[in-house]
Amino acid sequence: MKKVKKLRKSTRSSLITYGLVILFFVIVQVMMITGNLSSSLRGQLVPIAAYIVMAVSLNLTVGILGELSLGHAGFMSIGAFAGVIVSTSLENQIANAPLRLAVSMLVGGILAAVVGVIVGVPALRLRGDYLAIVTLAFGEIIKNVINILYVGYDSSGLSLSLKSANALGLEEGGKVVLNGPMGAVGISRISTVTAGFVLIIVTLFIVLNLMHSRSGRAIMAVRDNRIAAESVGISITKYKLMAFVISAALAGLAGSLYALNFSTVVAKKFDFNTSILVLVFVVLGGIGNIRGSIIAAAVLTVLPELLRQFNDYRMLLYAIILILVMIATNNEKIKNLINRVTLMLDLKTKNDPKKGGAA
Amino acid sequence: MEKMVPVPSRGIIPERDVNSSPILEVSHLGITFGGLVAVDDFNIVIGKTEIAGLIGPNGAGKTTVFNLLTKVYQQTKGAILLDGLDTKGMNTVQVNQTGIARTFQNIRLFSSLSVEDNVKIGLHNQYKYDTLSGILRLPNYWKAEKQSKEKARELLSIFNMEHMAKYKAGSLPYGAQRRLEIVRALATNPKLLLLDEPAAGMNPRETEELMENIRKIRDTFQIAVLLIEHDMSLVMGICEGIAVLNYGKIIAKGTPEEIQSNPEVIEAYLGKQKED
Repeated sequence: MKKVKKLRKSTRSSLITYGLVILFFVIVQVMMITGNLSSSLRGQLVPIAAYIVMAVSLNLTVGILGELSLGHAGFMSIGAFAGVIVSTSLENQIANAPLRLAVSMLVGGILAAVVGVIVGVPALRLRGDYLAIVTLAFGEIIKNVINILYVGYDSSGLSLSLKSANALGLEEGGKVVLNGPMGAVGISRISTVTAGFVLIIVTLFIVLNLMHSRSGRAIMAVRDNRIAAESVGISITKYKLMAFVISAALAGLAGSLYALNFSTVVAKKFDFNTSILVLVFVVLGGIGNIRGSIIAAAVLTVLPELLRQFNDYRMLLYAIILILVMIATNNEKIKNLINRVTLMLDLKTKNDPKKGGAA
Repeated sequence: MEKMVPVPSRGIIPERDVNSSPILEVSHLGITFGGLVAVDDFNIVIGKTEIAGLIGPNGAGKTTVFNLLTKVYQQTKGAILLDGLDTKGMNTVQVNQTGIARTFQNIRLFSSLSVEDNVKIGLHNQYKYDTLSGILRLPNYWKAEKQSKEKARELLSIFNMEHMAKYKAGSLPYGAQRRLEIVRALATNPKLLLLDEPAAGMNPRETEELMENIRKIRDTFQIAVLLIEHDMSLVMGICEGIAVLNYGKIIAKGTPEEIQSNPEVIEAYLGKQKED
């Protein structure tokens, strides 16, 4: 108890975030075992995990670094298709599915990071709206490139073409992994809810620990005041790129997890709409607020499913709820009320020695 | 703490020659923006532990001189020698690492972060560990974090601000924000501290305290201070040497007494006396 009280506020906040994710995972597991989870909701679990990681990683760029990126789905796309290609080609070499998933995700993440460097070096010279437009264009380019990409796999290894599947010249028994606009088909679905849970925890570990370290402070310094950051010896380019690349890598991991949950994935899935959707999670959860991103991503992914009974009006209701939440969270009176309540709770725990700071 | 009585080495006035070498030697420094000559033929020498002042009417180019010294702008003419090292071609980050730290006329804090974090960011290049150690919380993370926390508290204690460590920097009162900026600059371990209107917006009592603290900083850290200030009681009270800038040119250099009685300075500030 005493130890908990001693913890720094930031550490306590991080622990609450971890606790929240673990609690949800346990609840979901129990519901799955007892059979209380509808199959449609069950199918949403891995996408929810992927979107949570997407939202947290985008929050690193938007909230912590303070730069608007509209091409986050592009990195997800790279991770997704890299993951699928690796997973399919290693199907015979690595029989163990979780291990194959881990390797595929890792490759997806690394590839997304590499592209993050390539895009980031020139793009991060720009700021604000200009950077947003460049990242938007990047997302579209990635989508269109993957749309014309044909990748096949046979005994001689991977082959690549920009023309057609036939141009791959596959041997007998070879497999078309990526079939241009048709996307990746016949994926073995190796993603699991547990893998999603582990990825969320790893993402939180990376992002939260980064935020509370020397590099994280430097990133936030660049966000708060570039000129002052430079004046105290912080290289703006280095820390901007660092945040952007870590964010891209995590999106790549999320993309792999997402793609390996479906038997078919097309490049169009990771278009501008997806980037905006993830941005909505971040904005709704609170820019810079990691826990908020998690909750917003989870709730907004499940919401259309929960509104299914309203049939045609489903997306209309979704939009209305979104607008109402935005208005409510930006209302001064409601904000003040929340602040007062949290302050009161804070004082209560401080004044009550028995309760300590455990709350 | 032993009170040092620093001897201004060669000082702002070159004639006052003392054996030790100066920390800053600026010769023929100049910059033009398009056709506008903002600073021209700027010469100054500052001793290792000197408190020097740079004064002049509004728009004289004082802050531009600071921006040239810290490489926000690259000079079009002249040379800046910091502790004998030419800073030509360096950027702001490198100049800071070589030993110049500054504050800003319009306060530039990391306002959404805590007071302590602001100082820790100033300590960025003092207690280093790589990003991976930070994420994995390796032993060097804990060690460096502990050191930087202790150092941050120690630096904050100069201005008796330790109790504010957890406050958000942006929520501090104006005077405290100015003081925090000085602490943050000091955290980078400079040899020369540039203060851009440190007393702006402070009341007389706060200004008095600030003067004492600037002296204390110089004595404790054995560094040179160059300050821009409009508050003449502060400038005349603590500066050992003063340079007066007008229309981008130095019109006078000397001790406070010399400056106060210099007719050119009086003219720059008050206008020419009508001849009758």
